[in-house]
Amino acid sequence: MAEISYRQAVRDAMREEMMRDPRVILMGESITGYGGSYAVTKGLIDEFGPKRVMETPIAEAGIVGFAVGAAMGGLIPVAELMTVNFALLALDQVVNSAAKFHYMFGGQWSVPMVVRTVSGFGQLGPTHSQSFEGWFASVPGLKVVMPATPADAKGLLLAAIRDPDPVIFIEHSLLYSTRGEVPGPALGDGEVPIGQAKVVREGSDVTLVGYSRMLLQALHAAEVLEREDGISCEVVDLRTLRPLDYPTVVNSVRRTHRLVLCGEDWRTGGFGASLLSEMQDRCFDDLDAPIQRVAMRDIPLPYSRELERLLIPSSEDIVTAVRRLS
Amino acid sequence: MYRRMVQIRHFEEHAAEAYAQAKVGGFLHLYIGEEAVAVGAIAAVREEDHVLGHYRDHGYALAKGCDPKACMAELFGRETGLCHGRGGSMHLAEAARHYWGGYAIVGSHIPIGAGMAYAMQYLEQPEVVLDFFGDGATGNGIFHEGLNMAALWNLPVVFICENNLYGMGATLAEESPVRDMIIKAEGYTMPSVQCDGMDVLSVYEAVQKAAAHCRSGQGPYFVEALTYRFRGHSMADPELYRDKDEVTRWKALDPIPKFGEFCVEHRISSEQELAQVKEEVEAEMLEAVRFADQSPWPDPATVDQWIYAKPIDPEAIATGPDQLSSVEG
Ligand SMILES: Cc1ncc(C[n+]2csc(CCOP(=O)(O)OP(=O)(O)O)c2C)c(N)n1
Ligand SMILES: [Mg+2]
Repeated sequence: MAEISYRQAVRDAMREEMMRDPRVILMGESITGYGGSYAVTKGLIDEFGPKRVMETPIAEAGIVGFAVGAAMGGLIPVAELMTVNFALLALDQVVNSAAKFHYMFGGQWSVPMVVRTVSGFGQLGPTHSQSFEGWFASVPGLKVVMPATPADAKGLLLAAIRDPDPVIFIEHSLLYSTRGEVPGPALGDGEVPIGQAKVVREGSDVTLVGYSRMLLQALHAAEVLEREDGISCEVVDLRTLRPLDYPTVVNSVRRTHRLVLCGEDWRTGGFGASLLSEMQDRCFDDLDAPIQRVAMRDIPLPYSRELERLLIPSSEDIVTAVRRLS
Repeated sequence: MYRRMVQIRHFEEHAAEAYAQAKVGGFLHLYIGEEAVAVGAIAAVREEDHVLGHYRDHGYALAKGCDPKACMAELFGRETGLCHGRGGSMHLAEAARHYWGGYAIVGSHIPIGAGMAYAMQYLEQPEVVLDFFGDGATGNGIFHEGLNMAALWNLPVVFICENNLYGMGATLAEESPVRDMIIKAEGYTMPSVQCDGMDVLSVYEAVQKAAAHCRSGQGPYFVEALTYRFRGHSMADPELYRDKDEVTRWKALDPIPKFGEFCVEHRISSEQELAQVKEEVEAEMLEAVRFADQSPWPDPATVDQWIYAKPIDPEAIATGPDQLSSVEG
């Protein structure tokens, strides 16, 4: 075991896979000399050169379209879109190209590629502080991954690069400096399969479901609730939003009979909305109380520190939601 | 080349007839009048070179040698179709022939073609990419993103713009500040040439030169083919935006008789041989329609096949209450 940052974990996965497989290339805006806007690709240009670490024009749709074509031609592109806010310019290529070709052309070929991007906030104002995982996760043909820990960031990115389907890999800007244990070489390369949730804390009274930064918020809330209210929370890290490991969540609810869904995207149409609908279909009879959601209020995230703080979903919101249940 | 053009013409006529009988649904865009572009361009390159085109795509498929039966069956939505009825008229493809489709989001395949060309360059393969699109696509940002990258990285891709003077109902003057699409390539320092899209030899010559340029490592090339579609944009088009005289004038330039005359004049074929080709092709297309009509529908149990190349746990997809019983076993 070694303790490394989430940023390092993402970089290690790319680096190791590039060493293992010469077909893997990186592309993105300011990912070479600059090292990426969150310094994730720092140093890779020196190691692999411009043929494998491509500095691209500021052209999100073009980048993803190009990556789709490169994948069809036999490469495995990992395209970085600077943040998920800019990924909107590439939505057409993600939804109408990457996600469709395997199905639409009758299984003749697939599009093995990864789009890495990042959610988050921090006084960046309304256009730079959004979360769109629900949009991507609504698209058949895509796989959507949102790791919360360095070990999962590395292990899931390895799996994503090795996957024959297009994977949207969403990092979180506020997690880059968090640290955690990552399995060392003696334990294999640490690949984590796509599509498996994980019970990260066992409990008996209520199930908290989170992913990415909200997983850490849920864990914090669980501690507070244990200490202050004697409530035992089970915490499930979804890790992959599509395909979604419903059985793990359902099994947890069968034990706790209460469910709180924690997300950072908007309440209306956010990822939690469709998750809630499906959970109701799958385990209504197991529930002792209505499913609760913690989500962003339907407001653009403002710049001002005090206004921003008002809106960002936090562990306190999760604590409040759980207390509402009991 | 003569046979290929006749194949496309007859295929399209039968497709239109099948559409009128409601055997073909959705949007149907015919290539009638523009046959010389796909045929001349594809004949000018190697069999293993890659082709991508837009939704008016039956011509590319046939010019690439796809079986008319499988193409027609795709229009009919049958299991025997090129894409097993999943794609339809706008999304024909046959990867084994390096015909990569049929792209119905205007301009979307322009960077895709560039990316594929990058893969060829990276893997040191000799193939070049032909990427066909319309004049209308040049107004879309994705066109510019694709050309910019292809030029920046010196990629082996020939962009072929079929300038047929209209983007659906928009006239060229309404959709573009310049009449000549090659001007748009200049900003990317891309060499370009205009050719007569009603003359298969003119297209052939232009694309041959362009492909040789790409193959020798000198980067992308832009070919503009001046052409015209004799039919409406799609079967749903009442053609209110253009006058009949204009259509008549262009029909006089029909690329098929034009090349036929050339062949007779240069003693490449006789009148009888050309008539014979038409007869054979007509029989072939009648057979294609019969084949499509008698082909089975796709099996309903396969409706969720091919969403992913690496199958996922069926329980990991939202199903709603109706299908839960099957999920929970
Ligand atoms: C992104 C996008 N916008 C609009 C459409 C609808 N549409 C389909 S074809 C077309 C016109 C395209 O004209 P052009 O590129 O000149 O091709 P042509 O049909 O003339 O061959 C339009 C607007 C579409 N398919 N995709
Ligand atoms: Mg046009």
